[in-house]
Amino acid sequence: MNCDACKASQATVFLTQIVDGKMQKVNLCEACSKEKGVTDPTGFALADLLLGLGAAQEMERGGTVQKCPTCGFSQADFKKTGRLGCGACYQTFSEGLATLLKGMHKGTEHIGKIPARALQSIQRDSQVRTLQRDLRKAVAAEDYESAARLRDQLKQF
Amino acid sequence: MALHNILTSTGDWLGGDGPHHQIVVSSRVRLARNLGNFPFPGWAKKNERLQILEAIKPQVELLPEMSDAFSVYSQDLSALEKQVLVERHLISREHAAKGLGSAVVMNRRQTLSIMINEEDHLRMQAIRSGLQLKSVFKMIDKLDSLLEERLDFAFSPQLGYLTACPTNVGTGMRASAMVHLPALVLSEQINQVIQAVNKIGLAVRGLYGEGTEALGNLFQVSNQTTLGEKEEDIIARLHKVIEQIIEHEQNARQMLLQKRPNTLLDNIGRGYGILQHAYSMNSKEALNLLSFMKLGIDLGFFPEPCRQPVDELFMETQPAHLQKGTSQKLAADERDSLRAEIIRSKLAAFPKPSVGSGGPGNGASHSSAN
Repeated sequence: MNCDACKASQATVFLTQIVDGKMQKVNLCEACSKEKGVTDPTGFALADLLLGLGAAQEMERGGTVQKCPTCGFSQADFKKTGRLGCGACYQTFSEGLATLLKGMHKGTEHIGKIPARALQSIQRDSQVRTLQRDLRKAVAAEDYESAARLRDQLKQF
Repeated sequence: MALHNILTSTGDWLGGDGPHHQIVVSSRVRLARNLGNFPFPGWAKKNERLQILEAIKPQVELLPEMSDAFSVYSQDLSALEKQVLVERHLISREHAAKGLGSAVVMNRRQTLSIMINEEDHLRMQAIRSGLQLKSVFKMIDKLDSLLEERLDFAFSPQLGYLTACPTNVGTGMRASAMVHLPALVLSEQINQVIQAVNKIGLAVRGLYGEGTEALGNLFQVSNQTTLGEKEEDIIARLHKVIEQIIEHEQNARQMLLQKRPNTLLDNIGRGYGILQHAYSMNSKEALNLLSFMKLGIDLGFFPEPCRQPVDELFMETQPAHLQKGTSQKLAADERDSLRAEIIRSKLAAFPKPSVGSGGPGNGASHSSAN
């Protein structure tokens, strides 16, 4: 039996775990088991995550969408490759991915570099949202003078 | 710029002159980027991959940093040439397996290398000798900023740069340092160090990245996570950890000199003897013995001029580098003979390790080069 991770070497480490009443099995060679940090049963979740085996299950539990409308990528493809199909997949499978990303990374929100182009459009979006909110408020308050001004500002975008 | 020019010059980062270069071989930062309106390379169809390639490659070639670049389609590189680039850490093993639809662009100094259609549309890396993660990050960050003026990268305000693998999403950045830790290995402290480093969210890998063996006592330490932390903070955190690893390695060297000088000298002496007299040697053995030579030089058992030839041998004895001068592919046993021959000739003029007149116990007095 070959290792599930590298598919090359003979598997010598056999892990079985029951999660939510379902049995999961992973067979690893010695090198891969060491690399994935599988030294005890509690380390299994990590191995699972890194192998992308549990990843697809996480997605099945979280999401209901089966295929990405932009590129046609499916959850089964993710299970097979551990990679996504396109940028829009992050939106498509967002529910399932949220759990996965949480376990994988330090945080769930990007706080690093923003490309200059995106920065402009992000700022624009937030300005538009602010104006729309102010406009709704002005209309609700029957302040039609302000509402007209805000409407003109929105038109400029 | 032709490939053979790249191959005959060793490249800046192999010069071994950066800060802490005795222990930190190189610092490297890579960024993963994708175009917004195409599937990722692994899911894109062949014609889409070609479109992506033609959208990116000319823009990369236009960068001022790439004015003297070597730029080539993957299908135009031979398997051996690709392997040489892998051994120099200029392309990944994964990229070496690519054919039509992929390309690589690198500058003449071999400090910048851009892979097109690897796992992501763009994998851009900067590499320099020694511990200089901050300046390496600046190099690649500048290049990224120039490119994003011309290319529309897949970016989400919440998740950052979108990448094929969720492990890279966010900054898309992997920063790493290659460290030479023979004393921590010899004193069997290396596993403790690896475990400690793993605990704080950094990964330790072998010479050629994920799933590879730590040959020649060389390890790559890199950030594991990419989301929820700023680039500068990741770099600063990694830098701090590498500094601590350097300190541990230096302490381990001093400990060995004081407490187990014979173990240390035995390894260095055997390394010297075998390398100078062997007629057949595989690359694993070569790397492991060269590691002890390097340690011997660091500790002052060999004169400083021995450093460069030894550093060069680390690269020249790799299988593809060994064969790049030969006209035909060599069998394993032929490679092993050639490797031994190259090492013998380079080490022929090396003096014996100078362990002092009072025997190995005096070894500590030679540890000036620390």
